[in-house]
Amino acid sequence: MSDKKYLFKRNNVWWVKLAVPLSLRSELGYDLRRTTGEKDLDKAIPIRDKIIEEFKTEFQIRKVNADDKGIVLRGTEHMQKTDISDPQYFHKVVDCQYACPAHTNVPEYIRLIAQKKYDDAYMLNWESNVFPGILGRTCDRPCEPACRRGRTHDKPVAICRLKRVTYDYKNDIDPYLPDIPKVKNGKKIGLIGAGPASLTVARDLLPLGYEVTIFEKDNKPGGLMRTNIPSFRLPAEVLDEEVYRIIKMGAELKTNSYIDSLEKVIDSFDAVFVGTGAPKGKDLEIPGRKEASENIHIGIDWLTSIAFEHTKSIGKKVIVIGGGNTAMDCCRTAIRLGADDVKVTVRSPKSDMKASDWELEEAIDEGIPILDNTSPKEFLLDDEGKLKGMKFEKMEAQYTDGKRKLIPTGEEIIIECDDVLLAIGQDNAFPWIEKNIGIDFNEWDCPIVDKTTMQSSHPKVFFGGDAAWGPENIIWAVAHGHQAAISIDNFCSEVDLFDRPPPLTNLVSQKMGIHEWSYDNDVSQEARLEVPHADLKQALNDLKMEVELGFDEKLALDEAQRCLNCDMQTVFQEKLCIECDACVDICPTDCITFTTNDTEEKVREKLRVPALNLDQDLYVSGKLATGRVMIKDEDMCVHCGLCAERCPTGAWDIQKNNYIEAHNLNKSRVKAKEVA
Amino acid sequence: MSYFKPINKHPNLEKNKLGLTRRDYEGGVSTLCAGCGHDSISACIIEACFRLNIEAYKVAKLSGIGCSSKAPAYFLNASHGFNSVHGRMPSIATGANCANEDLLYLGVSGDGDSASIGIGQFIHAIRRQVNMVYFVENNGTYGLTKGQFSATNDLESKNKYGEDNLFPPIDLTSMAIQMGASYVARSFSGDRDQLVPLIMGAIQHKGFALLDIISPCVTFNNHDSSTKSYDYIRNHNEAMGKTDFVPLGEEIKTNYDDGSSVEVKLHDGSRLSLEKIDHNFDPTDAGKSLELIREKDKEGKIITGLLYVDNKCKPLTEIMDLPDKPLNTLEQDELCPGSEILEEINKGLS
Repeated sequence: MSDKKYLFKRNNVWWVKLAVPLSLRSELGYDLRRTTGEKDLDKAIPIRDKIIEEFKTEFQIRKVNADDKGIVLRGTEHMQKTDISDPQYFHKVVDCQYACPAHTNVPEYIRLIAQKKYDDAYMLNWESNVFPGILGRTCDRPCEPACRRGRTHDKPVAICRLKRVTYDYKNDIDPYLPDIPKVKNGKKIGLIGAGPASLTVARDLLPLGYEVTIFEKDNKPGGLMRTNIPSFRLPAEVLDEEVYRIIKMGAELKTNSYIDSLEKVIDSFDAVFVGTGAPKGKDLEIPGRKEASENIHIGIDWLTSIAFEHTKSIGKKVIVIGGGNTAMDCCRTAIRLGADDVKVTVRSPKSDMKASDWELEEAIDEGIPILDNTSPKEFLLDDEGKLKGMKFEKMEAQYTDGKRKLIPTGEEIIIECDDVLLAIGQDNAFPWIEKNIGIDFNEWDCPIVDKTTMQSSHPKVFFGGDAAWGPENIIWAVAHGHQAAISIDNFCSEVDLFDRPPPLTNLVSQKMGIHEWSYDNDVSQEARLEVPHADLKQALNDLKMEVELGFDEKLALDEAQRCLNCDMQTVFQEKLCIECDACVDICPTDCITFTTNDTEEKVREKLRVPALNLDQDLYVSGKLATGRVMIKDEDMCVHCGLCAERCPTGAWDIQKNNYIEAHNLNKSRVKAKEVA
Repeated sequence: MSYFKPINKHPNLEKNKLGLTRRDYEGGVSTLCAGCGHDSISACIIEACFRLNIEAYKVAKLSGIGCSSKAPAYFLNASHGFNSVHGRMPSIATGANCANEDLLYLGVSGDGDSASIGIGQFIHAIRRQVNMVYFVENNGTYGLTKGQFSATNDLESKNKYGEDNLFPPIDLTSMAIQMGASYVARSFSGDRDQLVPLIMGAIQHKGFALLDIISPCVTFNNHDSSTKSYDYIRNHNEAMGKTDFVPLGEEIKTNYDDGSSVEVKLHDGSRLSLEKIDHNFDPTDAGKSLELIREKDKEGKIITGLLYVDNKCKPLTEIMDLPDKPLNTLEQDELCPGSEILEEINKGLS
């Protein structure tokens, strides 16, 4: 490829840079593989080069032709009026929902909790993330770092633990489950692996009349959720309820069925979904590894053998190597199995550890020391050839241009141990997929999977969850599952896979009367509430005792009140505005400014408080009577609605943005209505 | 309806020299009609006090009766306040001024409170050169009693119900200049870029400062036949050019062509830099100011900006040679200096 100026590479696909003009971007599409209509990367390259050349020429011509208003280069022209009819604009304002891979409507379910409508709150979650009870205990919570409250106040709303509340306080929700057609549509789908991705695909396809078969190598479904998440974090009954709910919807489950050949099963189905996770724990090839192998365990395998009660004990002194969430689960499990000296060692500084902050905290709270900057060198054996300890070298992190380098300091330490648990990463492994059946693999032995459709180079085979692009977390597997289910449905209905259903969106005024909007803007100003924990001594002696007790109802309602209602959008109509400045004066976070239009860079600087967070958009109105425009910085808006309350002409309105990410349940609902 | 504003503020909100943000100068949430010009004026007062690093406890807010006179509740929560009888705020201000000249007096009044029931008080406060900022939040209507004509309503302006106004308006700015006010400005609540520096100048000015601020009443006087509506003012406003307030020790940033700007030094050394609309105008010449106001009025224009300033005037406390210290801080020996002094005074009388 000659010139990559307008492109960047991700997931083995060349993407058009977002910095290019909007008009050209929409013509070309983001994914050049799609634009070229060629899914074979090698063949696509020459076609792409040609397109890029044309693209560059076009770009130059339009740039030179100043009269052409069709092109707007970011940074040189005045800001455009914000198009709020684009559902993505307000979707992005709802930071939590936008950050969630499955785009769960967080503010809405928190509001339902506040109204004690736990069943509704649970179902809203269930529709978009399938496993509210499981995720409410184990989710990696991409929503929480995104939470607006983290910017406007101190800490985000405890979104994840409120999700757990919907599970803990719901009643029987079976009546609300989608109807499963008795007459099937004649299409058979095979799902390999009974983890969150496959289960999501099953749930999305069953209401449409598909016959779904799930193959699971273990004797119970759940995948990594069962084998790798210790029951002190996720009790088996929660897992069973949510997993078997899907099986009960009519999926055929084949346990103890390891698929050793894709070729053998592929012809029995109209489409196959591979959701086998990333089941291969990485090994550590350093001196002594082979000799001491009896006492060295791969973390995820070890956790699995505990989940199925094959392993029931461990030595007194245990070293856990690794800094991710698996390492945290390993060390906390080891302590519960009777180890009395458990240490975690990690090569990087503590601040760079991959484990989620809260999981790291829990481990530290349980008295487990984390030795950072400690790199394993050698397994040490005693005279009888048994593991007696490990040699480590201390490292030092050096940062140049934001890039980290770990430099050995030469200082060596020896730690005694009886057992070592390795939790240094996971890989995908597909020894069971034949190389000659049309599925292409990349240089890392991962299948080449389309980011949008989840389809592999074999049209009948779809991937999702960790199997697609390596280890992620449950919520990503769910998101992949939704997309794969849409693709499979399209594929089986002979619809173009890129012809995907749009999200369901709705933007409705919440005005009830003068100064009244139908939501509670009296947001709590209190700090984030802590989730009560079980007694530590008791918890450390019981492998199955859940450590977190969850919010009680009062705590849950108090925490729910902290939500800022970011889905309540401030919608502005310039033709009604008399520029009285009432909204500017009342806004508690100074996010509204009336000023002359300019380039985005200059506008951002001249607001009442400069808008420095470039990730957040500016809401720009059309021209007002005085020639100025209204500019609202979405970054700090607390959605209190006071701008609308103080507006004399109703130029501001509060409208609820309901955004439901596309998934097949939407389709099945529409179908059911048609039948009715 | 919300009665409280969320307490959280923008984390990057600018701080002044006292370490306070604009929000620390706020008052309660306004209960005036949504969109009332008075709320914009309150916001401008907040902005001006914030920029001048004023300590709120050194401010007294005084008012009479009317929508305007409710406004002091909506800014400077930490200041002193006195809500007086209708039209009697100037007397209270005069008394307070004599008792303690250390405080900053912000008198907030309206067209009814000042041009009707309190006009006598208004004139005498000017005549006595009370050191205060006198805000007239002028909407040309009695909003609190459902929209009757006030004494500042223009002759051609009908009320909301279509009735004609029979009497000509009182122009408070011309009257104030004639009565000897030493800082007279007119502005519009919808033009905060103009209003904030004018308030800052008025606060730093020593002597009687009148700010006649046209402040549309959204409920009763914002209709098509009103001459005090947002639209009418925007269409007929003839701004005097930019006024910059330049605090002590700071450089003037804007430069105008020779003769097109004039600089007025205030008592504390800060300066007002005014862009002139024509070369003949001199804001320190009362005659020329009155002429300009009359001329623009004839043209059907509303002249806004700093109309007149006399930076050499003596305020009331100097005229009367009152003690520099507030009365409540005078000690026993200062109040009753003893028989020797008394004898000396008596000797002087004989």
